[in-house]
Amino acid sequence: MSAAAIRETWLVFHHTTRISLRHKVGLLVAAVQPLFFLVLFGPIFATFGDWETLVPGLIVQLGLLSAGLAGFGIVFDWRSGVLERQRVTPASRLALLLGRVLNNAFTLVIQTVLLVAAAYALGLRAPLAGVLAAMVLVVVLGVSLAALSYAAALTLDEYLFAPVMTTAVVPLMLLSGAFLPMSMAPGWLEALSRVSPFRHVLEAMRELFAGHYWNATVATGLAVVVVFTAVSLVIGARVFHRENA
Amino acid sequence: MLTTKGLGKTFKSGVEAVRGVDLHVDEGEIVGFLGPNGAGKTTTMRMLTTLLTPTSGSATVAGHDLLTDPRAIRRRVGYVSQHGGLSPASPAGEELELHAMLYGLPRPAARARVAEVLARLELTGLESTPGAALSGGQQRRFDIAFGLVHDPVLLFLDEPTTGLDPQSRANLWSHVRALREGGTTVFLTTHYLDEADALCDRIVIIDHGVVAAEGTPSQLKSGGRTLDQAFLDITGRSLREEVPA
Repeated sequence: MSAAAIRETWLVFHHTTRISLRHKVGLLVAAVQPLFFLVLFGPIFATFGDWETLVPGLIVQLGLLSAGLAGFGIVFDWRSGVLERQRVTPASRLALLLGRVLNNAFTLVIQTVLLVAAAYALGLRAPLAGVLAAMVLVVVLGVSLAALSYAAALTLDEYLFAPVMTTAVVPLMLLSGAFLPMSMAPGWLEALSRVSPFRHVLEAMRELFAGHYWNATVATGLAVVVVFTAVSLVIGARVFHRENA
Repeated sequence: MLTTKGLGKTFKSGVEAVRGVDLHVDEGEIVGFLGPNGAGKTTTMRMLTTLLTPTSGSATVAGHDLLTDPRAIRRRVGYVSQHGGLSPASPAGEELELHAMLYGLPRPAARARVAEVLARLELTGLESTPGAALSGGQQRRFDIAFGLVHDPVLLFLDEPTTGLDPQSRANLWSHVRALREGGTTVFLTTHYLDEADALCDRIVIIDHGVVAAEGTPSQLKSGGRTLDQAFLDITGRSLREEVPA
């Protein structure tokens, strides 16, 4: 990326983040569902499992509901003409995408901090270092989910985007093992879930929350999320470059 | 300032929106681009502003080749689309400042430039108003401010006064005339023949994707016909088909 494109990415990130922080209700909306799970499902889970297993699952759920549905924002910008207006400037189109995507990742971090804080109040005892290391995965995951969400939003019919995405999120959540570890699943379902990148990221986060900072699971999770993000960004950038986007 | 030779666009769907347009606009002119609905006006304008890649022909816009150097064109031209590009929810002044900075202006220079353009368009004091809270005429002037904030040599206006009340239209006309006095070349589409007559030095009529006629308003009105009659003679259609004859 050129210096100009980095500057443009920062400008778009700064601008969109200022807007996100101003709309505090919007910031909370995506976090409401995982918080319900934490408060109304967590205590049941805690009778046979531990909070360090559940909370990373809720973080993945949050990622899917927050960054995963970021495409709603781009539909808004597209409809109001903001996107086209910015596309006639000499700014790099990749920067117009990246600035927005980084804002979505930043928003996801704020929401995750809220969720983890609430979880500590309920009984989570993960080491701080583990939580911080997991945050790195959250940022990368947020970038990839938002980029894919934008690609889907700009490709699908605008009236299809909402039903398709809100539905797609459900199997992605279940297959990641967000609510119950996949080790409890029958063989075929367990095998199916291995295809999901979210499962690998989630298991890495569980290890980090358990205080295991470096093992094969963490390494796999990290590798999967990095590859997944690279692929997502390429897809997002291609869609953003397309002339009718 | 603007020259095209056989500029055409056939979409992937097979629709031949523009068949081959030859245009010439001199520096300092206000040229009106007229045609019935679906004649290819907006597609032509979107090609000239680098939003669409032509499928045939060539063009030089603001001194740069459209096919080989679109980014240099973006730096030098402004484009105000038919539907505008105001964000309904965020302060119009902030959007404008970001827009100026995407053209490479540092923040202090962008601020100064925004203040200058807003003063020129009589919008001073509305910086912190969100787009949705502005009146129709104010929104349209903000749209034009986006097109002007980087001081372009050539400004494209797509249907600048559609949907405005007569007073706002007259107000906008005076702003467009003032642009020419400042040395900016203006290329605009319009649905209103009185607007073309009052504002434009020259009129180009496009029909079925090719230029059907061009000349000064008085040339087109030769023989004592009105501009409406001239338009009907040339295209066989009334300019505003939605208005019953």
